[in-house]
Amino acid sequence: MSKIQVEELSVIFGKRFREAKELQKQGKSKVEILNQTGCTVGVSKANLEIQEGEVFVVMGLSGSGKSTLLRCFNRLIEPTGGTVVVDGNDITKISEYELREFRRRKMTMVFQHFGLLPHRTVSSNVAFGLEIQGVDEDTRIKKAYEVIKTVGLEGYEEKMTGQLSGGMQQRVGLARALATDPEILLMDEAFSALDPLIRTQMQEELLQLQEKVHKTILFITHDLDEALKLGDRIAIMKDGFIVQTGTPEEILTHPADDYVRAFVENVDRGGIITAGSVMFKNPSAVRIKQDGPRAALRKMSNAGVTSMPVVGDNGKFLGFVKDNDMKEMEDKGLRDIEEYMYTREEVTAVTSETPVAELLPLFLDTNLNLAVVDENRKLIGVVVHSSVIAEMIGKERSEVKQIRQEGGIDL
Amino acid sequence: MIDIPLGDWVEQAVEWLSANASGFFNGITAGIDGMVTGLQSALLFPNDYLMIAVLAVIAYLMTSKGHKPFTKGAWKSAWGITVFTILGLLLLQFMGYWQETMQTIALILVSALIALVIGIPLGVYSSRHDAADQVIRPVLDFMQTLPPFVYLIPAIIFFSVGNVPGVVATIVFSLPPAVRLTNLGIRNVQQDVVEASRAFGCTQRQLLFKVQIPLAKPTILAGVNQVIMLALSMVVIASMVGAGGLGQAVYKGILKADMALGFEAGVGIVILAIFLDRVTQALGISRKQVSDEE
Repeated sequence: MSKIQVEELSVIFGKRFREAKELQKQGKSKVEILNQTGCTVGVSKANLEIQEGEVFVVMGLSGSGKSTLLRCFNRLIEPTGGTVVVDGNDITKISEYELREFRRRKMTMVFQHFGLLPHRTVSSNVAFGLEIQGVDEDTRIKKAYEVIKTVGLEGYEEKMTGQLSGGMQQRVGLARALATDPEILLMDEAFSALDPLIRTQMQEELLQLQEKVHKTILFITHDLDEALKLGDRIAIMKDGFIVQTGTPEEILTHPADDYVRAFVENVDRGGIITAGSVMFKNPSAVRIKQDGPRAALRKMSNAGVTSMPVVGDNGKFLGFVKDNDMKEMEDKGLRDIEEYMYTREEVTAVTSETPVAELLPLFLDTNLNLAVVDENRKLIGVVVHSSVIAEMIGKERSEVKQIRQEGGIDL
Repeated sequence: MIDIPLGDWVEQAVEWLSANASGFFNGITAGIDGMVTGLQSALLFPNDYLMIAVLAVIAYLMTSKGHKPFTKGAWKSAWGITVFTILGLLLLQFMGYWQETMQTIALILVSALIALVIGIPLGVYSSRHDAADQVIRPVLDFMQTLPPFVYLIPAIIFFSVGNVPGVVATIVFSLPPAVRLTNLGIRNVQQDVVEASRAFGCTQRQLLFKVQIPLAKPTILAGVNQVIMLALSMVVIASMVGAGGLGQAVYKGILKADMALGFEAGVGIVILAIFLDRVTQALGISRKQVSDEE
C-alpha cells in the first residue's frame, strides 16, 4: 500500500465555494468559475499515490496550485473536497489535537524563504520542533547538534540565523525538519531562493542525505531540471490539474499532452535519458573464435556498417573491428582478427544506465561506436553518434528535415 | 429642530455609575492610591544623592545594552545620557524640586504600568481577532482625539480629587499606543515564520509566546516608550484634579502667573522627559543588533 494517497483533492478559495464546487462538477474551467462565483480554484480533483521512501516532485509554474496542494497534506490550507490518506488515516478528517500531533511527529516542512526564527540561534531553531513537543532542553539540543552535523553546519550551532548565507539558512531549515525524525518531508520550493551554484549543491546533498535517511519526500518546484534531477517520480500541474505523473524518463519520452511537450522541449535531456534507451539492441557482432576477416566483412556489409563489436565466449564484449582493417588482413592473408581488433585504450564500454550526457565526451576520443554491456560485460547494445545527437537536441526526424529545408544551403 | 441631549445622557450614566458602583470605584481608588504612595515613599526613602546615583546607573546600564558593561563601547553609547541624568537631577535637587520630581516619577510609572497591563493583552487579543480589532480601533481613536480635559470630569466624580483621578485620566490618555503597537507588531510578524511554526505543530499559545511576541518585541517596546511619554505629557493636566508633583507646580505657576515657578517646574518635566525617553527607547534595541554593528 502506498504511503500517501490523495483522492479527488480540491481547494477552492472564496466565500461561494459551494457554488464553485457545483460548477466544477459540471466541468467548468477555472476562468468560468472565477467569473461566475469570484472563487479561485487552487487544486482541481488531484489524484496521487506516493510510495514510502520515494522523492516525489510536483512541478508546475506559479499559480498552478502546487504549493496549495502541498499545504493540504498538513492542512496549512484546508481542502474543500477530497481526501489525503497517510498510512491509512484520512488527514482531512482528524481533530485539531490529532493534527497537531501529526505535524509534530510525522510530517515536517521546509520552506522557500526558510521561515526561521530570527531571534534564535541555529541550534535553538533546529530544536524548535522538539521544543514544541515538550522534549527537555538537554535532549533536544543534543539531537539538534547531531542533525546540524548531518547537514554540514558544524561549528555554526550558536550563530544567529541572520548571520548565515541563504544556502546555510536552508540547511538550518532542513535540519529543523529532520530533527523530529518525521517519516515525511514536505519541501516547498526549498531551493528556489538560492543562487544557481548553491542550488545545485543542495540538490546533490539532498540526494546523498536521502540515501542515508530514506524519508518520503514531497518536493515542490517550478524548475523542471530540478524536478528531473531529484524526482523518483514527477507530477506536472497546470491550472490546478495534475496533467501527468510518471518517472522523469517517462515524462521526457512520452509527454502526455502539448503542454508537457512544450515544457520538456528545452530541458537538458542528457542527464536523464540513458544509454539503454538510445542504443541499438542485440547488435550483430563478430565472434572472435569462429569468425575470420572474411566473415567479419560480410557481417558488416549485411548490417551496412563500417565497424562492429567483437564478442568472446557467452557474448562477452572484447573490442571493435573496422572494415578497412579486415580488408587489409584479407589481402595479407592473415586469420587472427585479434591482432587488428581495437581494445581497451581505443574502446569504451558503458552500462545501459549511463546518461547520454556522459556518452558525448566519449565520442571525442574515438571514431568508433560505444558498446553497452551488462554487469557480466556481456554485449547488449551499441550506441552510435547520431542517436546521441538526436536525443540531445530532442527533435524528431521530421522536424530535422524541416530545419534542413529552412536553414540549409542548396548545393 | 431635533434636540439631542447627548451630554445629559452621559451625565446621567456617570451619576448612576457613581451612585451604584461606588464600592468598585472605592476599591480602585484605594488600590491606585496605595501604589502611588508606596512607590513615592520608596523613591524618597534613600538619600537624594544616592537616588541620583541609582538613576544614573540605571540610565547607563539601559543605554549601554548590547555592549559588555564597563567597556569602551558601553561608555561610548551611554555617557551622554548618564552625565545628563546626573546633572539634570542635581539641578532639580538644588532648585528644591526633589520631592515633586519623585512624585511625578511615581505617578507616571503607576499610570504607565496599569496602561500596559491593560493595553498589551488587549493588543494581543485584537491582533488575533479581526472582529475585536474592528471594535477596538474606533474606541482607541475616540480616546486619543477626545480632549484629555474631558476625562477629568468623570474622573473627579468617580474618584474625587487627588492623585487617583489624575492617574485614571492619564491611563485613558496613554493606553492607545500600547494596544495599537502590540497589535501592529504581532500582525507584522513575517507570515512564513508563523506558517512554519504552525507546520511544526505549535499550539496557539506556543505560537504567541515562542514566536509572535518575541518577534514583535521591538514594536511592543516602542509602544511602552510611547505610553510613558504620553503619561508624562499628562502630568500638568492631571494636576488640575489634584495630582501632585512637578505638574502641580506648573499649574500653580499658571494660576498665580508666577513665571519663575512655572519655568523651573517646566524644566524639571523636560529633564524627566529626556531621561525617561532615552532609557525606555533603549528597551527596543536588542543585544544582537548592537553586536552586529560592532
